[in-house]
Amino acid sequence: MSEVSTATTGKYSIESEKLNLWYGSFQALFDVDLRIKKGIITSMIGPSGCGKSTYLRSVNRINERLGYVKITGSIKVMGQNVYAEDAELVQVRKQIGMVFQRPNPLPLSIRDNIIFGHRLHTPKSEKVSVKKEDELIENSLKQVLLWDKVKDNLKRKATELSLEEQQKLCIARLLPVKPAVILMDEPCSALDPKGTAAVEELIWELRDNYTILIVTHNMAQARRASEECIFMLMGKVVEHAPTDEMFVNPEHEETADYIEGRYG
Amino acid sequence: MSNERILKTTRQGKPGQGAGDRNLDWYIDKAVQVLVLIAGISAIVFIIGIFTFITKEGISFIFESSYRISAYTIGTLEEKEFPEELLEELEILEGETYVDAAELIIAMEETIGKEATDQYKGLIIEHSVHEPFKVMDFFFSTRWKPTSEWKPTYGAFALIIGTASVTGLAMIVAIPFSLGAAIYIGEFATGKTREALKVLVEMLAAIPSVVWGFIGLSIMNPLIIKAFDVPIGLNVLNAGVILGLMAAPIMATIAEDALKAVPDRYREAAEAMGATRWQVIFKVVLPAAKKGLLAAILLGLGRGFGETMAVLMATGHAINLPTSIFDSVRALTATIAAELGETAVGSDHYRALFTLGIFLFVVTFVINLTADLVVRGVKKG
Repeated sequence: MSEVSTATTGKYSIESEKLNLWYGSFQALFDVDLRIKKGIITSMIGPSGCGKSTYLRSVNRINERLGYVKITGSIKVMGQNVYAEDAELVQVRKQIGMVFQRPNPLPLSIRDNIIFGHRLHTPKSEKVSVKKEDELIENSLKQVLLWDKVKDNLKRKATELSLEEQQKLCIARLLPVKPAVILMDEPCSALDPKGTAAVEELIWELRDNYTILIVTHNMAQARRASEECIFMLMGKVVEHAPTDEMFVNPEHEETADYIEGRYG
Repeated sequence: MSNERILKTTRQGKPGQGAGDRNLDWYIDKAVQVLVLIAGISAIVFIIGIFTFITKEGISFIFESSYRISAYTIGTLEEKEFPEELLEELEILEGETYVDAAELIIAMEETIGKEATDQYKGLIIEHSVHEPFKVMDFFFSTRWKPTSEWKPTYGAFALIIGTASVTGLAMIVAIPFSLGAAIYIGEFATGKTREALKVLVEMLAAIPSVVWGFIGLSIMNPLIIKAFDVPIGLNVLNAGVILGLMAAPIMATIAEDALKAVPDRYREAAEAMGATRWQVIFKVVLPAAKKGLLAAILLGLGRGFGETMAVLMATGHAINLPTSIFDSVRALTATIAAELGETAVGSDHYRALFTLGIFLFVVTFVINLTADLVVRGVKKG
């Protein structure tokens, strides 16, 4: 699948068409058409309940866990419709990493956490040497600037780290699988300002190699840490523009009102 | 009037005016506090009480030498210092066998009164056979013959092995069963199915053990005879399966609680990384819940170990060292239940049964304590 996607990769990593979503009988998304550019950071803003998290969670189909979600329309990730009947969920999620609001390292050692995804996606027949694994772990942890801190006790339980370190670890564990897209659902909302700054910096570092879609409640964060910005309201996309433009010169009145803090 | 009340209540607890006023609520509050305290500490009182009682009755068998007087030694008494007239009065006792001195003394008290008996107590003990308790015999001899006329023996090894074999088989049955049920209810079933299953499993846990024993006796017994072509269907297999099915619901309930205690964000994280449902359960949920699952297994083990009625009915109740699962055995608990009512209070047999009780108590206590410590570990981690 990855060969196919590289062949058909265009300018966009995520393209959704007429995406409608219902939680039971409540419609949360209305005809959402979005094209998210490859290799940049796009942020999604909007008041609570506007559907930005819902959209994010539809991209890797993690919404389906709830069991009462109905979806129409399509989302293409790297050219492949993830809602197509022949789409393999495991492969879809291999391409799409996700970082959650609350850091959620697994209750395993740091080492096992980092290599978890890689082990899942390595066929049983294929033996990965310990040395190769160590290399992957070292590279991932170095990329998130955590290596120096944890290199001496990789056997330590990941849940014992500080929240900031846990969130960095949650980003690091996506890297060995080499996803094309990383989804982030308010990744800094559980962190203190120092942790937020550190994680933001890290996200900024990652932007060349991955397409990053980040949902945030924090407008200042969207402004300083993203290149394009999407404003959503009541399940619909109101505006999608380069961040600088949107914050300086918003096209719609709702956007302007929200950015200026008149509601939300 | 009502204004005054309001004033009083608002003043409650403040120093000075009205602070000493106590209304009905204050007394109700105190009374409830005391009641709750009593209920709370009653568990401790009961544990200590039961332990003291069992120990008091059983420990003398271990530490005090036992005095046995058999029919043979009554004859000896006659030849010796026993006064003629007393022996005449004791005539009704002749021809009877007394397992030990205590039993003879009780019988004498009934015939000639307490005071007269007291005079001869020393004499009886002097003339009885003196046998100290042998730990090796008690735990490692298979000869459990408490009612033997000539030489009663108390070897509990076969009983211990009986209990161990049945409980062991029960765990082999119960562990996969209960963990499977817990995984299904906790991780797969949703909505109404889940609720219905939980209620049913809890109902299953409430079925009286005599009903399980009945099933063992009247359904499993002929089934085993037919299926395996063996002479007796009341054996280790029967009791093990019955006991396993009995322990499984409780284990499943506790195991399901343990699975539920695993935060959902772990599952979400693993699923988002592309893990399938089974991978999530095997690589994340079960390892995260392993302490709780271990506690469930230990509690099931404790339950199996202490179960009485069902094993009494389904094991065949025959003293036997089993060589296969088709042999009948006898369990510790069942022995106590079946024999205690038939023994004279204070006799060797009576005290030996209490010693079995101490052993059972200690083992179940250790199992439960371990389970408890394991659970505490869960809360910490």
